[in-house]
Amino acid sequence: MTDNSLEIAEQTILTPAELTDSKLDTVLSELMGQSIDFGELYFQVSQYEYWVLEDGIVKEGGCNLGQGVGVRALSGEKTGFAYSDEIKLNALLTASRSAKAIARHGQQGRVQAWQRHNTPMLYSAVNPLKSLSDREKIRLLEAADAEARRQDSRVKQVFVNLAGAHRVVLVMATDGTFATDVRPLVCMNITVIVEENGRREQGGHGGGGRYAYEYFSDNGLVETYAQEAVRQALVNLEAVDAPAGTMPVVLGRGWPGVLLHEAVGHGLEGDFNRKGTSAFAGRIGEKVATEQCTVVDDGTLPDRRGSLSIDDEGTQTQNTVLIENGILKGYMQDKLNARLMGVNPTGNGRRESYAHLPMPRMTNTYMLPGEYSPEDIITSVEKGLYAVNFGGGQVDTTSGKFVFSASEAYLIENGKVTQPVKGATLIGNGPEVLTKVSMVGNDLELDSGVGTCGKEGQSIPVGVGQPTLKVDELTVGGTSA
Amino acid sequence: MNKLSKVKEFDRARLERLTELALATAKSNGATAAEVGVNDSSGLSVTVRLGEIETLEYHSDQTLSVTVYKDYRKGSASTSDFSDESVRDTVQAACSIAEFTASDECAGLAEAGLMAKDIPELDLYHPWSISAEQATDIAEACENAAREHDKRINNSEGSTVTTYGGLSVYANTHGFLSGYAGTRHSINCLVIAGQGDSMQRDYWYSNARNPDDLENVTEIGRKAAQRTVRRLNARKIETCQVPVLFSPEMARGLLGHFVGAIRGKALYRKASFLLGAKGKAVFPEFITLTQKPHLKRALGSAPFDSDCVATREWDIVKEGVLQNYILDCYSARKLEMQTTGNAGGVYNLLVNAGDQDQQSLLKQMDRGLLVTEMMGHGVNTVTGDYSRGAVGFWVEGGEIQYPVEEITVAGNLKNMFAGIVAVGNDVDTRGNIRSGSMLVDNMTVAGN
Repeated sequence: MTDNSLEIAEQTILTPAELTDSKLDTVLSELMGQSIDFGELYFQVSQYEYWVLEDGIVKEGGCNLGQGVGVRALSGEKTGFAYSDEIKLNALLTASRSAKAIARHGQQGRVQAWQRHNTPMLYSAVNPLKSLSDREKIRLLEAADAEARRQDSRVKQVFVNLAGAHRVVLVMATDGTFATDVRPLVCMNITVIVEENGRREQGGHGGGGRYAYEYFSDNGLVETYAQEAVRQALVNLEAVDAPAGTMPVVLGRGWPGVLLHEAVGHGLEGDFNRKGTSAFAGRIGEKVATEQCTVVDDGTLPDRRGSLSIDDEGTQTQNTVLIENGILKGYMQDKLNARLMGVNPTGNGRRESYAHLPMPRMTNTYMLPGEYSPEDIITSVEKGLYAVNFGGGQVDTTSGKFVFSASEAYLIENGKVTQPVKGATLIGNGPEVLTKVSMVGNDLELDSGVGTCGKEGQSIPVGVGQPTLKVDELTVGGTSA
Repeated sequence: MNKLSKVKEFDRARLERLTELALATAKSNGATAAEVGVNDSSGLSVTVRLGEIETLEYHSDQTLSVTVYKDYRKGSASTSDFSDESVRDTVQAACSIAEFTASDECAGLAEAGLMAKDIPELDLYHPWSISAEQATDIAEACENAAREHDKRINNSEGSTVTTYGGLSVYANTHGFLSGYAGTRHSINCLVIAGQGDSMQRDYWYSNARNPDDLENVTEIGRKAAQRTVRRLNARKIETCQVPVLFSPEMARGLLGHFVGAIRGKALYRKASFLLGAKGKAVFPEFITLTQKPHLKRALGSAPFDSDCVATREWDIVKEGVLQNYILDCYSARKLEMQTTGNAGGVYNLLVNAGDQDQQSLLKQMDRGLLVTEMMGHGVNTVTGDYSRGAVGFWVEGGEIQYPVEEITVAGNLKNMFAGIVAVGNDVDTRGNIRSGSMLVDNMTVAGN
C-alpha cells in the first residue's frame, strides 16, 4: 500500500469511476458556462465505524460506507451547489448543470490547467479501521471498562465509545487546484457514573487524533482516560452549589481553551467579517486583548484532531496569527471570502462532507504561553473560581456574547484552591474578555483530541489549547447568590 | 436560471426491493433476525441576502441502514450506495460486526405481536412544486419585509426558503414492510440592527408539512425585524433570585430536558435525575403532557416508531404525575417493562395550555425575567443541575422594562418542573414538542 495521498486518491476515487483527465475537463468546462468565476468538484470516499460498551460488554457496533461528490459554482457573491452519492460522469454533469444555475447570463469562464499537487502529509495515510482486528478493538473498550471499575468501588456505570474514520478526499477546481488528502481519525470517550449515599454524579474523559487505533494502546491512554473520568466524577460527589455573579476566574490549561474558540475564534471567521455581522468586523489593527495574549489557529500540527494537510478546498493549511500581543491581526478565510475581501485564503475552508458547502472554520485554536507559573496565578486571587474542565460552548457572533460550561470547578479562597463546586455556565463578551486577561501561564497544553465544532448545522473535528490564565472578571452562572 | 421543478417521484417499489435484498442477504449470512430502513429524499434551499440570491443548493440524499442479530449479538451498518453489490457489502459488514459484539439477552427486534398493523394515513406528504426562481422571490419578499419594517435594520444574514421531501420504507424479518412519505418546508429570516459593539441579531421562521400552512412571508420578515430591534441597548442586570418566564420556544427546551430524563436509556443507565419517578408528582397538578403521534400534517407525527411498533396517544404526565417512562423495546426489556412505542423519541408532545396570554403571565410574574433565547449546554441530566446563558427582558410592574443580555439562569430541573406556576396559551406549534410560555417561580440569575 502506497503512502502517497495522490496515488491513493486517484486509485480510490477516479480509477473505479473511469474518470480520466479528459472527462474531468469536460465536467469543469460544463460547470464554467455562463458568468461563473469558479467551479469546484469535491470527491470523497469514506469509511466510519463505532463500537459501544455498556454494562461491561461491547453490545453495539456499526459502520458506514459513504461516497459522493459535491459540485460548487461561484459567481460574485453567489454560490450554486449540488451533490451526488454516485461518483460517475453522468451524475457529475447533472450536478454541474444544477450548480451553475446560480448565474443567469454572462460570458463563458475559463478553466485553468490543473497541476497535480503533492502536499506534504501531516499524518500517516493509514486506515484506522484496518489497523486492529475487531477482536482487538473490543479489547480496548473492555480494558477501559476494567480500569475505570478498578479505580473505585463507587463506580456504578461505565460507558465507552470507540470510533474510527478514514476519508479519502480529492479536490479539483477551475483555478487549477488538484489536491488530495487521506485522513485518518480515531476517538475514544469514557463516561462513568459514581454513586455514594444515594447521590449520583458523572465524569468523562477521552481523546484521539489522526492516528491508527494503536495510538490508544501504545501510549497507555486507555488507562489514563479511565482514571481521569473516575477522578472527575469523584470530585463532583463533593461539589457544593456554584457561586453566582461576576468574579475573577482562573481557567486551567488545555481543554478550557474552548474559551478562545467561542470568545474570539468564531468571531474571526472570514464570512461573518466580510458580511459585517461579527462583533470583530473592521477591527484589524485594534487592541482586543491584553499584551500577554497571542492567539493562533494552526492547522499544521502533526497528527492533531483539528489538523489538515489541505483544507477542503485544496489549500495547504497554515499557522494563522489571529491576535498578536493583544492586537487583532487577521481573520480565517476560505476561497470565497478571501477573494471578496481581497486577501489570501488561510487554509480554513472546511466542510462536513461532499453534501455540504465549505465555509471558514477553525482548525486548532490556541493561545501561546506567557510568563507566569500556574501556582502564582492562583495565589493572586483572593476570591474567585478555578475552572479546569468544560463541556461545550456557544457564541452569538453578532452581539459577541459567548458561554462555556464548566464540568469541574473549584472555589479559590485567599489564594488557595478549596471546595469543588457544581458545574456552571460562564458567560462573557468576546471582544472584551481577553482585555481582562491579566496573567497568562507558562504551561501551554493542547486538548486531548475530542473537540467537535458545529456551525450552520455542519460538524467538524477541531482542537483547542491554552496555558492557565486569569480573567479578572467573568460572570459565573451558579445558584448560590 | 433553470426552471427546475424539484418534486421528485419516489420509487417505492425500488426501496421495497432493496429492503428485500438486505433481509435476504442478512439471513444467508447467518443472521437470526434483521431490520432495515431505506430513505430517499431530495430538496431545494435558496438564500437571499441584501436583496441578492446568495446560495442555491440542491439536496439529494439516500441512506440504507441495517441492523442484524445473530441470536443476541447485534451489528449495524449503513450506506448511501444503492447498488446491489454495495447493499450486500453493507449487510455483510453488519453481520461481521455481530460476530464480535457480546451476547445481550435484551437485544433483538420488538416482539412480532407488537408490529404496527393498521397504518394510519397522517397526511404528511405535500410537495411544494416551486422553481428556484420562485423560491428566490419568496425569500426576497421576506427579507425585504424585515429590512423595510424598521430603519434600524442595517444588515442581514438573509432569508432562506427550504423545501424537502422524502420516502422512507422499513422492513424486518417478522414480515413487517411499510413506509410513508413526508415533506417539510420552511421560510426563515435573520436580520441585524445596530453598530460595532452594540449589534444585535434575531430571527423568525415558519415550518410546515404543507406549504399552504406556512406563515405569511411578510409577517415572518416583520417579526424577525421586531425581535431584532427590541434587543438593542441590552444591558446586564444585578445577580438576583426572581421568577422567570420562558417564552414558548424556550419552554419547549425545558420539556425536551424532561423527555431526556425519562427516556428508557437514561433510566436503565441510571443516568437520570428522574430515576424512580414513575407514579410520582413531577409537575404541579394542573399540568398534563400528552403524546399525540397521529395528528394530521404535524411535524412530529409517525404511524410507527423505529422499532416498527405502533405509536399511540397517551398521557405521559397526568395532573402532574409521571404515568410512565418513554420506552423502546430494548430499554423496556432492560427495565422489565413494556415498550411504549417510543423508539426514536416522542411523537408530538403537547402540554395542556392555560387560558392566559403572555401579557397576562407577565402581569402575574410582576417582577422578574422574560427569557427569549438561551445559549450553551449547561444541563446535567444525571443531577438535574441547570445553568445556561440567557437573553431576554427585565420585567417590573408586569411590564417589560428593557432588554438584558450576558446573564445566566440557573436552578435544578426537578425544582423548576415542580415550580411551574402557569403555562400560557401562546403555543408554538413549530416543533415536535408544543408549549406555551412557562412561568417558573424562582431561579438564580447571575449578572453583575
